[in-house]
Amino acid sequence: MDFLNALVQGLLIGGLYALFATGLSLMFGVMRIVNLAHGDLAVVASFLALALISGTGLPLWFVLVVTVPLFALLGYLTQRVLLQKSLKSGPLATLLVTFGLSIVLQNVLLEVFSADTRTLDGGSFATGSFKLTDSISIGYLSLATFVLAVGVLTGIQLFLSRTGLGRMLRASSDDRETANLVGGDSRHIYGIATAIAFATVAIAGLMFAMRSSFDPSIGPSRLIFAFEAVVIGGLGSLWGTLLGGIVLGVTQSVGAQIDPALTLLAGHLIFLAVLAFRPQGLIAGRKA
Amino acid sequence: MTLSETLTSRAAAAVDVSRAARSSKLSALVMLAAAVTLGALPFLVFAKVTDTLVNLFVLIALASMWNLLAGFGGLVSVGQQAYIGIGAYSVIAFADQGVQPYLAVLLAAVTCAVFAVPTSWLAFRLRGDYFAVGTWVIAEVYRLLVVRVDSLGGASGKSLSGLSGIDQTLRGALTYWIALGLALASVAAGYLLLRGRLGLSLMAVRDEETAASSVGIDVRRAKRLVYLVSAAGCGAAGGVITVSSLSVNPDAIFSVQWSAYMIFIVVIGGIGFIEGPLLGAVVFFALQQLLSDYGSWYLVLLGAVGMAAALWLPRGLWGVVRDRTGLSLFPVGYFVRTRAADVDSH
Repeated sequence: MDFLNALVQGLLIGGLYALFATGLSLMFGVMRIVNLAHGDLAVVASFLALALISGTGLPLWFVLVVTVPLFALLGYLTQRVLLQKSLKSGPLATLLVTFGLSIVLQNVLLEVFSADTRTLDGGSFATGSFKLTDSISIGYLSLATFVLAVGVLTGIQLFLSRTGLGRMLRASSDDRETANLVGGDSRHIYGIATAIAFATVAIAGLMFAMRSSFDPSIGPSRLIFAFEAVVIGGLGSLWGTLLGGIVLGVTQSVGAQIDPALTLLAGHLIFLAVLAFRPQGLIAGRKA
Repeated sequence: MTLSETLTSRAAAAVDVSRAARSSKLSALVMLAAAVTLGALPFLVFAKVTDTLVNLFVLIALASMWNLLAGFGGLVSVGQQAYIGIGAYSVIAFADQGVQPYLAVLLAAVTCAVFAVPTSWLAFRLRGDYFAVGTWVIAEVYRLLVVRVDSLGGASGKSLSGLSGIDQTLRGALTYWIALGLALASVAAGYLLLRGRLGLSLMAVRDEETAASSVGIDVRRAKRLVYLVSAAGCGAAGGVITVSSLSVNPDAIFSVQWSAYMIFIVVIGGIGFIEGPLLGAVVFFALQQLLSDYGSWYLVLLGAVGMAAALWLPRGLWGVVRDRTGLSLFPVGYFVRTRAADVDSH
């Protein structure tokens, strides 16, 4: 029954991985940018929330409500000011710019907040749980995170398929020049995509912060989770990303059940296995 | 003689095609003198200076290897720390078997090339940005596998055996020479590789892969070869890091920070020029020394300067030098000059 429990816990954390990976998937799908600062941005969100709570004493829910739109705005600006320019200089430039951003964010956080490990106190909600059976207990936070993740993914999917802006976004991702010809301003559309990506990163970053401890250097390993979820699920498919996140979460959780030291390795190995035997991902969306 | 033959012979007579830039012979002499001076340095300056220079030489070697990979091979990797780590641990393992640690540095390069073969099968399934992150995951896998080996010290690392018998001054000098040798060899290897057939193939692949393969270049073979050379070079650099620091820590040696160093040194110096990593490493090293009292702010500056270079100076500092002066220390292309005076005589 321990394995069943591991499976359930893995499924729940998989939802969070998927939520976190959505931004990476969206930015790659629309702009062909792999944002190497993705993980560090989540850590910035964690530290921002921590600083707001300890500095102002505001309640947690209020901080969450403030941080997410703030990140969306930040995302829009980052795209318009920084990334748009790099897109013109070719794929190497976007990689370098996001990697540079990652190094800058990591080290600024290190200087400002020191290398100490922190946690965001989510109160009784974060630690409480209910028993499903004798051996399976589900944390309120885990469940809420999973529900939120699926909700956000559904929301983005509806936005992309039902709204005019969403259709324009997909059009831009298929063929930027033609989308521009029929009246789409690709710069604005790219800004919107990045804003959505940053908002999801902020939500995921705050959820990570409540679940586990964090420090300024943890961003890159978070980025790797997101990347693995995207590749396992299949590029360019949101539901693929959800599946990828769940597969990654379950693998890590089952690996940890066998030997706690295997947690990360199990996740990486399933990723490499998918790479070797099914490079298009479990749900093939669009070719890379 | 038909008109076209006349024109062809005239054109052939009117231009000179040569490898060397005008300045190349002089600059080769200057560089030789510089190499000899650097080689004699342990006899001339305090050990503190040569110990610091070891770090510079390692950076030059690493950056040259990344430049070969990304600047000429078009393989933008963020996972070369895999080979730095494997190289470092190879030296530890060989030394434990009784191999002389300095000799083990060479074996580390070979070990890394061997590891790079199966790794390239996996990594080459990914393209572009996904290749970059994929190589990073592979480096993480190597780190997680290494820390599971108890005889290699597990998660806390291990110290190097086999050098304790050597006098400290001599050890410092030997380490310095082997680091200098590594830096010179990595620059020379890049230069010699790129002058040959491989260089032409690689640059064709980098500029337009489909076109290159359509004119008969075996793209995968060219890329794999450059990947193996780069792995070997990074492995040797990892070995030098170990004989210099006398111990290895898995988190530090497999850190993605090495990739940050390599990438930004090359981008600031000038990607796709053999001179780029040299210049970039000197700039980075100076920055690191100047800001050594200010914690990790030099990394913030490095990241910011790297971003700025990627956006506004895609050919790096050496690109600027070259545009202004036409200087080329390591010409890997061809120079075409017209002989204006000869044209009239035909």
